[in-house]
Amino acid sequence: MSEPVTVDARGLRCPLPVIRLARVARDLPDGATVTVLATDPAARHDVPAWARMRGHTILAVEDADDGVTAISVRLGAAPTP
Amino acid sequence: MKIKLSLIPLSSPPLLGLLTSSFVSFPHHTTSTPFFWADPRRLHSEGRRARLLLEGAREAIAGAVGARTEEVDLFGSPTLALHAAVRGVARGRRRAGRDVVVSAVERGAVLEAATFAAAQPWGAPGRRVDVPVDRLGRVDLDAWAAAVTAPGAAPAARQPANGEVGSTQPTAAAHELARRAGVPLLVDAGASLGHLPVGDAWDVLAADPGDWGAPGGLGGLVTRAGVRRAPDWPEDEDRWSPGGVFVPAALAAAVALQDALRTRAEADARRRELVRLIRDRVAAQTPDVEVVGDAEDRLPHVVTFSCLYVDGEALVGELDRLGFAVGSGSACASSALEPSHVLAAMGVLTHGNVRLALPRDVRADEVERFCDVLPDAVARVREMLGVQGL
Repeated sequence: MSEPVTVDARGLRCPLPVIRLARVARDLPDGATVTVLATDPAARHDVPAWARMRGHTILAVEDADDGVTAISVRLGAAPTP
Repeated sequence: MKIKLSLIPLSSPPLLGLLTSSFVSFPHHTTSTPFFWADPRRLHSEGRRARLLLEGAREAIAGAVGARTEEVDLFGSPTLALHAAVRGVARGRRRAGRDVVVSAVERGAVLEAATFAAAQPWGAPGRRVDVPVDRLGRVDLDAWAAAVTAPGAAPAARQPANGEVGSTQPTAAAHELARRAGVPLLVDAGASLGHLPVGDAWDVLAADPGDWGAPGGLGGLVTRAGVRRAPDWPEDEDRWSPGGVFVPAALAAAVALQDALRTRAEADARRRELVRLIRDRVAAQTPDVEVVGDAEDRLPHVVTFSCLYVDGEALVGELDRLGFAVGSGSACASSALEPSHVLAAMGVLTHGNVRLALPRDVRADEVERFCDVLPDAVARVREMLGVQGL
């Protein structure tokens, strides 16, 4: 199990948070977990849409009080139970 | 001179000729002001004639939707009509309930009016109840049934078809559910009237003449007799639409509607085929694109797709440079900070969005040319962002 990775995309406007996340995800193995921090309101819709298009799994979407949304993604499909 | 192809309706040049002739065919008065610009509320002969023309316009709209002339009210814009519909019916129904049920993909004017009406101090505060949609933009009928039968539901609102993504809705089923619960249904036919049959599954129907090819500056509302409504605005001679409307705008809307209905079957078949062509070619020839909305059950003229890793503003600009005027629901392509609530509610990509609404007179060769240039245009925008291989 690799260490969780965080991508800081705060202050970036769409589509840059998704692009920054995809760049980091490219170099990680399936099963790795990446969390992206974003302030752009489109990220909460576009990160899940990107994950669906790329076959990744959304683990959590959390809104903090300071307007930052943290979205955690597990790369690759959900393991079959 | 290069003529730009508009893939969103900007104006309708052939219509202008039609309207001019319709104006000119009426007997002109000798004063410097043509009579149809007179205030229809005045009792002088010019005013009375303007009143007659206004009545004629209402009659034409009533005829197009199977209603009576007195059920039609006209407003200065579609937004004002939608506001008046939600506010008036919510207040009229205040003793039955305070909640306003809306589908999550209604136009912003409906959503905002619902929030506003539910918060008015006419008793216990209500709330706006959003009914979710699926990936294709279709309202979840079970959730709709639960929302309209819940205690406290006053009016409910949903479109027959969404103007942003084109998907149509099971309107008859939704109306039946609302009817059984005694909840009046507002149907925003703004994107449908003139393009699709609107049927009779509604209690209040909103119309957008700009969408059927009329000049802007008008909105329509048809309220079935028996729907209880009460204004939450000051009294006026025009009770439902304070201040009334500009008579030539109403006349133009009626003429344009009759023209749209007369040519609908032909325009429908032609544009459906072009929409299918665009959807197929975009999906096949541009990588990482989501073509949005139902493939078959849709408006005949609307196409929407979203391109992964693409800045919507840059793509609109690139297509503009190539001679195509297109719309977009991406936040990065408008002054809004939020992306399209319709795309968001559907759970599809909101960035890199392109929206086309094919005008009636769109040419097939121009549509083909759009499809030819799109893949490279998207590739260039992606290159600027350095996203190859992601």
